[in-house]
Amino acid sequence: MRMLINVPETVVADALRGLAAAHPELVVDVENRVIVRRDAPVDGKVALVSGGGSGHEPLHGGFVGPGMLSAACPGEVFTSPVPDQMVRAAAAVDSGAGVLFIVKNYTGDVLNFDMAAELAEDEGIQVAKVLVNDDVAVTDSLYTAGRRGTGATLFVEKIAGAAAEEGQPLERVEAVARQVNESSRSFGVALSACTTYAKGSPTFDLPSGELELGIGIHGEPGRERRPMMTSGEIADFAVNAVLEDMPPRNPVLVLVNGMGATPLLELYGFNAEVQRVLGERGVAVAHTLVGNYVTSLDMAGASVTLCQVDEELLRLWNAPVRTAGLRWGM
Amino acid sequence: MLDADFFRRWMAATAASVEREAERLTALDSPIGDADHGSNLLRGFRAVSAALEKEDPRTPGAILVLAGRQLISTVGGASGPLYGTLLRRTGKALGDAAEVDEAQLTAALRTGVEAVMALGGAAPGDKTMIDALSPAVDALDAGFGAARAAAEEGALATVPLQARKGRASYLGERSIGHQDPGATSSALLIAALAEANGE
Repeated sequence: MRMLINVPETVVADALRGLAAAHPELVVDVENRVIVRRDAPVDGKVALVSGGGSGHEPLHGGFVGPGMLSAACPGEVFTSPVPDQMVRAAAAVDSGAGVLFIVKNYTGDVLNFDMAAELAEDEGIQVAKVLVNDDVAVTDSLYTAGRRGTGATLFVEKIAGAAAEEGQPLERVEAVARQVNESSRSFGVALSACTTYAKGSPTFDLPSGELELGIGIHGEPGRERRPMMTSGEIADFAVNAVLEDMPPRNPVLVLVNGMGATPLLELYGFNAEVQRVLGERGVAVAHTLVGNYVTSLDMAGASVTLCQVDEELLRLWNAPVRTAGLRWGM
Repeated sequence: MLDADFFRRWMAATAASVEREAERLTALDSPIGDADHGSNLLRGFRAVSAALEKEDPRTPGAILVLAGRQLISTVGGASGPLYGTLLRRTGKALGDAAEVDEAQLTAALRTGVEAVMALGGAAPGDKTMIDALSPAVDALDAGFGAARAAAEEGALATVPLQARKGRASYLGERSIGHQDPGATSSALLIAALAEANGE
């Protein structure tokens, strides 16, 4: 496996130095691993802090900026960041209006953000937390760590970020974030495993001619392996899995998300099939986003996230945003 | 009696065995996790060794509290808070005594393991660290060697289990047939206890 790196140990730090060089509108603390929007803290406004393992770029660092996150804490590859990072981020962005932690539901992320919330509150920072758990592939939450946070993280960060940018108070921003999560569901498939730098070889063995259904974003295998399916068959499977779990009442935002190694050409073709299935099921589409947003290193594959929106959520979705990974209206 | 030197040897022996076994831990973490358990613990215990040398804490409790804090601040993932809490709470339970006996250590470790169970929500049989730690603490009355054997047996016994906590749980039945990496590293921690005692 050939990778564009120096040594595995410096992959995250190297990427942060590069991010800083490309985005002067961000303050990147490479040593302490915190990415902060340069104008933070913004007077009177609630701040949003997220973070998670690296390897999912542009999530989360690429979503720091006006209209979205105030700060992000990148961990090691596929490893939750540590509480020290989150407390440092919270202190850097808190204007006194409070901080919302957006946490993907993985054991490590939850434990570290819980510890960080306690420590930040000790420092006098008001903290609220929202858990993202949108992955319908994890079915039995009594006997698992619960549903994973995947594509819906983008919707939560964008829409809650717009609410914060408008100056809504912490409990409102938290309620909006919670509503977005509860209105979102995802399903992902892998056409190849990914290769972590720590291991240097694929995280699981997927014979050619087969695919994994119900994968997460950490190179973990999915629930089921099947002979290769066409883009149309995968769209049927994924969209139906989502709709089965969340019968739609409102129009939806659609995220057709690449896992990292699937060309945009294929993602757009897949999106055509996703839209076909949604049309057949009578689901109205408010807006669609196609691209690599919540990735899993060099994994090939895609996920579909649907988020049901009322007028207010749609208005916040359409509000201006300016980040490295998502930008419109400003 | 077990003095500060004993606890320093325990941490040093753990760090050395994590150095030795890092690749195996990462390999175990590959089919049912995300292939980084070894490298994460390696980063953590290197930080523990450096901090112990720099700050030179003088009591058993202070040594474990410092080690636990280092793990929380450097490892990340679930294993950072879990192992960090294990050592921190065990250390806090030992208080500021200059020496402790084996019964005190057993009681303190039990407190630490209970804190890990409370934090992570895992019970025995969930295919986690607890499957090595819990039987090890139960066996400690019979000596460090017995605890080591119980931990290793507990780690091996995770192979046929279906994971109910942590990342392996997403695999459902497909987690069966693999040894749990967390239980395996927990067995290393307990084996290092016997090693520190010259066993």
